[in-house]
Amino acid sequence: MRAPLGGTTKGPPRPVRLTWSDPRLRAALFQILAVAAVGFVLWYLVSNTIANLAARNIATGFAFLDRQAGFAIGESLIPYDAADSYFKALMVGLLNTLRVAVAGIVLATILGGIIGIARLSSNWLVAKLAAGYVETFRNLPLLLQLFFWYAVILETLPGPREALQPLPGVFVSNRGVKFPIPADSAALDYAMIGFAAAILFAAIIQSWARHRRNLGQTGLPTGWLILGGFIALPFLAWLISGASLAWDMPSLQGFNFTGGSSLSPEFTALLFGLVIYTAAFIAEIVRGGILAVPRGQREAAQAMGLSERQTMRLVVMPQALRIIVPPLTSQYLAVTKNSSLAVAIGYPDLVSVAGTTLNQTGQAIEGIAIIMLVFLTISLSIALFMNWYNKRIALVER
Amino acid sequence: MSLASPANVSRASDLLDWFRGNLFNSPLNTTATVLIIWLALMTLPALIDWAILESVIEGSDRRACRAAGSGACWAMIVEKHRFILFGLYPFDEQWRPMVVVALFIGLIVVSANRRFWTRWLAPPWVLGLSVIALLMWGGMFGLSYVPTERWGGLPLTLLLATFAVAIGFPLAILLALGRRSALPAIRLLCIGYIELIRGVPLVSLLFMASVMLPLLLPEGLTVDKLLRAQIALILYTAAYLAEVVRGGLQAIPRGQYEAAEALALGFWRMTGFIILPQALRAVIPSFVNTTISVFKDTSLVVIIGLYDLMNAAKVAVVDPAWRGSSIEAYVFVAVIYFIFCYVMSQYSQALERRLAQGQST
Repeated sequence: MRAPLGGTTKGPPRPVRLTWSDPRLRAALFQILAVAAVGFVLWYLVSNTIANLAARNIATGFAFLDRQAGFAIGESLIPYDAADSYFKALMVGLLNTLRVAVAGIVLATILGGIIGIARLSSNWLVAKLAAGYVETFRNLPLLLQLFFWYAVILETLPGPREALQPLPGVFVSNRGVKFPIPADSAALDYAMIGFAAAILFAAIIQSWARHRRNLGQTGLPTGWLILGGFIALPFLAWLISGASLAWDMPSLQGFNFTGGSSLSPEFTALLFGLVIYTAAFIAEIVRGGILAVPRGQREAAQAMGLSERQTMRLVVMPQALRIIVPPLTSQYLAVTKNSSLAVAIGYPDLVSVAGTTLNQTGQAIEGIAIIMLVFLTISLSIALFMNWYNKRIALVER
Repeated sequence: MSLASPANVSRASDLLDWFRGNLFNSPLNTTATVLIIWLALMTLPALIDWAILESVIEGSDRRACRAAGSGACWAMIVEKHRFILFGLYPFDEQWRPMVVVALFIGLIVVSANRRFWTRWLAPPWVLGLSVIALLMWGGMFGLSYVPTERWGGLPLTLLLATFAVAIGFPLAILLALGRRSALPAIRLLCIGYIELIRGVPLVSLLFMASVMLPLLLPEGLTVDKLLRAQIALILYTAAYLAEVVRGGLQAIPRGQYEAAEALALGFWRMTGFIILPQALRAVIPSFVNTTISVFKDTSLVVIIGLYDLMNAAKVAVVDPAWRGSSIEAYVFVAVIYFIFCYVMSQYSQALERRLAQGQST
């Protein structure tokens, strides 16, 4: 529904008269003026920029992407060193952004869901604690929280020599978290494939169960089957890979650890901050969604003899999800965009690598264009995926 | 419960009932209650020790703190609070930013009162902001001139947030009207702007303002760093507020437009007298929520090196004498941010309830 600007005349089109009183003529003139004004401003800025770039001898174009970057990056998911190109450096940054964003989205959804449900708990203490969590963390700037967690890691945790050891082989120190990984990297790959297979298996079981429900048959132990899949399939994959039991344990050598894998202080602080901050917002969304399901639905489900769990899973949640998903989408977008605050604590995400690049090359416009294009692409992909999901769970009206 | 039971007995059994009903009403809840009490017993004493019992209030550096106690080093805040609150503003002139903060709070409190939601709210704001500008800059009436590079701390945070919302809001109304316009060119321009700004992080806009803006402007024309950050914040706020206003516009029933057209009102009069007054009233709570997030987001100017409240705290702990006191400094600014945001969010919730009441009667 749009505001009828300039009059919406229905009926056969009349010829445009060249008088000020014709709304269509006014509309056309108005639009031409607006486009011309925007065009003029853009032309003015671009011409200034061209003159400035020429005056300062700054190159233009994306040729710099092939040149040697010449700076090291603290952590990377793909092999990278200073001799690699700017393009590869930016890829490292992009992967780091995606890594923290994906982990942040998954963990914040879980934590936010738990806290949102906890706020509705009949246990007074649990409900008040959850409310206190939400009020505290959503009323503090995310950047402040990032600085805080980073300071907690750097200033209160012991050095590597006195590292805390919450589990055997896991070391927590001001250099981050070190943990063991399977020594046989193929075993890990196989286990990952097994895990992916388990997800697929769960989806198949779910749709089969739905199919059976529609036919009026019941009695499929869906939950147990899926749980079994998640245990058996990775285990099977591990057996196929050769059942290697060797672990690559981190160990203290001199002043730092070698071996194992690690989470850097920067990554840990960023992930902590993002998850804790976003979970407060997600909790409110989940709570609002559940509260919006009419009371009668719950009572009707109980009257039909459904258990508390079944009521939640089969009656309340499917309806609550319709309300939850659209605002949840904007939270996912926010996590991705907020991951760019990494630059403030020195985690090498895309913005931070692009910032170094534009400082070194002086090509500010290209650097910022890359940042913006990448984030627009990510935002658009998340929005498209969530819209697809939203359509899937939307109410089918007959 | 018998009616004849003495008052104190009934109170005690009420309390017991309450415990049974709210803390121990199922095995799961009992477990949760016990777990929470156990966790509280494990952490709260240590926290109280750190924050109060073992904390140190006097001392000239971090070493003195460590010698005196093992808790928080509040001496750092005692020593540095003026730097954190007012940044690099000349020390002897810091009563000026202090008055500015008081003026801001006064203006906001007055504007929060529904009785004053009339056109007469504008003159106090214009006057107040003029006095604020005069106090911050000086250079008149015997006040010494202070360049914007030396502004900082809480007044800077309040300034950035206020102007972002005050200038962003009219822009947002235009953008929201444009997004719902029947004219395709206007609509596309507005959608493009809103989605572009909302799709990229604020950090990249601030980067753009700090490194790209000098390239966009003609040679020789330089813009103050503070103004550049302010422009980025205004453009950012306008896009988000535009979506808030759009929500209000969408809630207006079609009959309102048709009635206005039937009265032969033109577009601007229809919008100004019929549509906007209703649409804006409906979105006041979301407007306050966006204001809160803009207030929090001003902390991002740290990244381009302005000395707002956040950055002042960050810089204060770089001082070698106080190295290792970051947590104390962050807790101090966290309390300030929290007070502002919490009060605003409680206000927004109360307003929402009151407006909902008005709707139902």
